[in-house]
Amino acid sequence: MSVAQYVKAFTLWEFVKAHALTLKYFFKAKATINYPFERNPVSPRFRGEHALRRYPNGEERCIACKLCEAVCPAQAITIEAEPRDDGSRRTTRYDIDMTKCIYCGLCQEACPVDAIVEGPNYEFSTETREELIYDKAKLLDNGDRWESTIAANLAADAPYR
Amino acid sequence: MTSFFNTTIGLPYGWAWFVATIAGILLIALPLMLAVAMIIYADRKIWAAMALRRGPNVVGPFGLLQSFADGLKVFLQETIIPAAANRGLFLLAPIITFTVALIVWAVVPFQAGVVLADINVGLLYILAASSLGVYGIILSGWSSNSKYPFYSALRAAAQMVSYEVAIGFILISVVLWSGSFNLSRIVEAQRAIWPIIPINGLAFNPLFFPMAVMFLISALAETQRAPFDLTEAESELVAGYQTEYSSMSFALFWLGEYANVILMCALNATLFWGGWLPPVDWAPLYVVPGIIWLFAKILFFFFVFSWIKATVPRYRYDQLMRLGWKVFLPVSLFWVFLVSGILMWMRVGVGA
Repeated sequence: MSVAQYVKAFTLWEFVKAHALTLKYFFKAKATINYPFERNPVSPRFRGEHALRRYPNGEERCIACKLCEAVCPAQAITIEAEPRDDGSRRTTRYDIDMTKCIYCGLCQEACPVDAIVEGPNYEFSTETREELIYDKAKLLDNGDRWESTIAANLAADAPYR
Repeated sequence: MTSFFNTTIGLPYGWAWFVATIAGILLIALPLMLAVAMIIYADRKIWAAMALRRGPNVVGPFGLLQSFADGLKVFLQETIIPAAANRGLFLLAPIITFTVALIVWAVVPFQAGVVLADINVGLLYILAASSLGVYGIILSGWSSNSKYPFYSALRAAAQMVSYEVAIGFILISVVLWSGSFNLSRIVEAQRAIWPIIPINGLAFNPLFFPMAVMFLISALAETQRAPFDLTEAESELVAGYQTEYSSMSFALFWLGEYANVILMCALNATLFWGGWLPPVDWAPLYVVPGIIWLFAKILFFFFVFSWIKATVPRYRYDQLMRLGWKVFLPVSLFWVFLVSGILMWMRVGVGA
């Protein structure tokens, strides 16, 4: 080591410089957002909690084509279908196991009628595992609750598809 | 306080002394527990601020009650004792750590005459009691019967012993200068150390400033704070010697650790920066009670501790040992000679 290096080492020069830097950062504005009270903007393409949508007249969109079930890489979707009384083909069972889902978005890409979508909601943690196995009623309920946001997001993303 | 219980209340002298001592202990220990809770909060806040984060800010105003929420949580948890652990020692270890962290406070002077035990060998007592702290850690690591706590305990033992050597020599030079082992006398010896500007504090003496810095660094190593927190190196040892602990036994380790940190801050302030004396020996500054000055200094040093934690990365184990044995030990030893030589020259003259 040269003399200059010895002087630097014994005066803890590098440490002093580092501490000056961290002290500067101490007084800077915080980089993190105050999460439960502040939120980051969410992209229209955000893939959050699933929802089954309805047509404006209240008819459910899903026609039980099972494309989403087939494409799902995590095999999280289970569909059973039967003709309804009026002869149209509908699901009798539409379950998504949210603990299996990897939020890849392939189900909404596969859906020919925009029925299953991944909405903007990411706050659906539960205290039990069972609550995360969504059935048709839960998914349709999600669709009703988030319809306005989902429709706006789909419209915003439409020009790029 | 003894005379108050003796004459005013009318207790016999022995009982008055007993009650007064118990009251004094509680008067130190209970606020200390509160201080530990707040200092953990402060630690997290300072560290967060330097990392551009917010830190705890939800529980209570500004998150001030975060430590109490955490304390309540661990209090309500189940104490898990591993089946292979040595039950007695496993439970004894956190108690030792916690108790040792508390007993050292007996000799810390808070103000002129305000000290629980004004013993003449205060510094020796501190060295002895803080050496006992190693037992808590070694016992916890050994009795957990688990490999990571054991490695951590070995590291902690080696580390604390190494740096205690350096601390010992640093304290000897302080003792040589002030001529007493009594902490109150050491503080008094720091009054007005400059002839023209009467600054209080041994560290303002250019001879002792390097000692003050070395003591600060050794104190970090002694309390296993970053960058010397190898005993809790989470990347290697999970949580170190406290890995197998849960609930109150875990909380006792935490309380003990932070009580030790505050103690080291208090020792820094007392030994090198004038303790309860104001920074300058100037009459209007004495309007503020000495205990406020001491607390201000303790808080400042705690800020420095957190600041260092937020700034520097962890040492490697061989670097830690190299710093302790090959840098601090020779330098502090040399300083003992230097200080004693200068004292001889000042008191007796060159001819001696």
